Amino acid sequence: MTGKEIRLHGRGGQGAVMAAKMLASAFAIEGKSVASFPMYGFERRGMPVVAFTRFDEKPILEKTQIYTPDLLMVVDPTLLAISTLFDGLKTGGVLILNSNKPFTTRPSANLAKVGRIDATSVAMEEIGRDIPNTCLIGALAATTGWVSLESVLKGLSEYLEGSMLEKNIRNATRGYKEVEVQSWDS
Amino acid sequence: MKKVMLEGNFAAAEAMRLARIGVVSAYPITPQSPIAEVLSEYTGDGRLDAKYIRVESEHTAMSVAIGAQLTGVRTGTATSSVGLALMFEMLGVAAGLRLPIVMPVVNRALVSPWSLWCDHQDSMAARDTGWMQLYAEDCQDVLDLCLIAYRAAENGDVLVPTMVCMDGFFLSHMSQAVYVPSQQDVDDFLPPYQAKNLKLDIADPMFVNNLIPPTEFMEMRYQQHTGFSNALPVLNTAMKEFETQFGRSHSPIEPYCCDDAEAILISLGSMSGSVKEMVDQYRAQGKKVGNLKIVSFRPFPEEDLVAAIPRGARVGVLDRSMSMGAPAGPVCNDVRSAISNQGLNVRIQGFVVGLGGRDVRPVAITSAFDRLLAGQYDKDVQWLDMSDNAMTLRQYREAI
Repeated sequence: MTGKEIRLHGRGGQGAVMAAKMLASAFAIEGKSVASFPMYGFERRGMPVVAFTRFDEKPILEKTQIYTPDLLMVVDPTLLAISTLFDGLKTGGVLILNSNKPFTTRPSANLAKVGRIDATSVAMEEIGRDIPNTCLIGALAATTGWVSLESVLKGLSEYLEGSMLEKNIRNATRGYKEVEVQSWDS
Repeated sequence: MKKVMLEGNFAAAEAMRLARIGVVSAYPITPQSPIAEVLSEYTGDGRLDAKYIRVESEHTAMSVAIGAQLTGVRTGTATSSVGLALMFEMLGVAAGLRLPIVMPVVNRALVSPWSLWCDHQDSMAARDTGWMQLYAEDCQDVLDLCLIAYRAAENGDVLVPTMVCMDGFFLSHMSQAVYVPSQQDVDDFLPPYQAKNLKLDIADPMFVNNLIPPTEFMEMRYQQHTGFSNALPVLNTAMKEFETQFGRSHSPIEPYCCDDAEAILISLGSMSGSVKEMVDQYRAQGKKVGNLKIVSFRPFPEEDLVAAIPRGARVGVLDRSMSMGAPAGPVCNDVRSAISNQGLNVRIQGFVVGLGGRDVRPVAITSAFDRLLAGQYDKDVQWLDMSDNAMTLRQYREAI
């Protein structure tokens, strides 16, 4: 597998930046070279946040933002309204989406697959707060097969401990098991 | 040696912890704050046996570091942007006292307009304060260059303070897997600090930083100049010793695919990785381009830099800051000076990129390479990846 570029869109407080780091850890556990960083705007809770994760078999040289993602993760469904969201998405691209509504029309010709889960509801049940990030990481692992659930869960333990770790392990595992995958033929 | 996921800020703090700094005086500023915070945690929970002195400004942060280091301990501080500007007076004091303080600088634009984001104007504005400046390309570089900096700066023939510069957000907040060496290995590489020049010692009182008459000032400055003259070979040696101890190689300049290159872009910091990625793409199309990364901007590795440029190659410099009123950005001006000083007659195209957090996008790098490959030269510095509205943006003047 060649390298992939992942762009995450969330709002301050939802854990998009943390999700980008946790994903990088999961890929690093599988021996990949990784790099992840956020693009902060004006740091306020609720403001749109973008974060980036790259992984590759070879060392990652570029330090730019991601303009041609293989995968978009949308942590907050209201961000689907960003008019440029799908710009640059590679052919065969994947969307991991926190939403309780399936698409009725294909939002981009380059989009081949959507892994959708109502991650907010799952997080409210498992964590008791709207922190849908780890659920979506589990959904990514199931939808793409790029990383194992085991590595995802191991990656979480680099950032969380105690009951928060346990809750997020359940959150990610439910994301892995309950994601609904919708595909379009190219 | 274990590999840990670390952001650039934390890689710097790990290096400072491993170097056993004994006093911390850091004032938080975006995007450096995590360094100040984690050093506070380390001193609080005992992972670092140091005194954390809370200060009210960066000017005081450096003043405290100077006073502490004079007593014979390594000190830790770090800053960014206007924080570095507020420290400016004390930067010169540290250098003049020949105190080999190692300070991570998280590069962020200087005012005005106000910006939280990366460019090199802050450290470039401080380039003549008598500090060495090393620029990191990735998070591993941050940790490695800090350790190398202690070793080189503290050499008795050098005694020059050192900034280890990392790009704000692009490195300071980038998570990468970083090899963190053991305390034992670092202790072998960095023996306990000893004051080798001026010191504060009640058993051996001396004047420090007093008024110097014109009959002595130039000589004192010449001592600093000599320390810098010694710095480059000492830095080279420290990098080789680092490789022996830790297995990773570093060099004051790093050429990438330059041997047969027809066009070379010279760069500093994190954008160098993006340029190398583009070099790979151009090479795959049969276009002979290369990247020449400057790791050590001060001391400036003039001879090695010029030797790395093959005859006939077209050369451009990507500056992430501008020296207003000068022919080009500070790196380009120095490269031109080096080329001329080495007796060559090569025109060096100046480019300005990535100010105030603007990403150095592939389009900026390709436009620079394409200009060089096409043989275009303009004596004026070229600002790349600019919006069309550059001259009308926020211009409130009424038309005359």
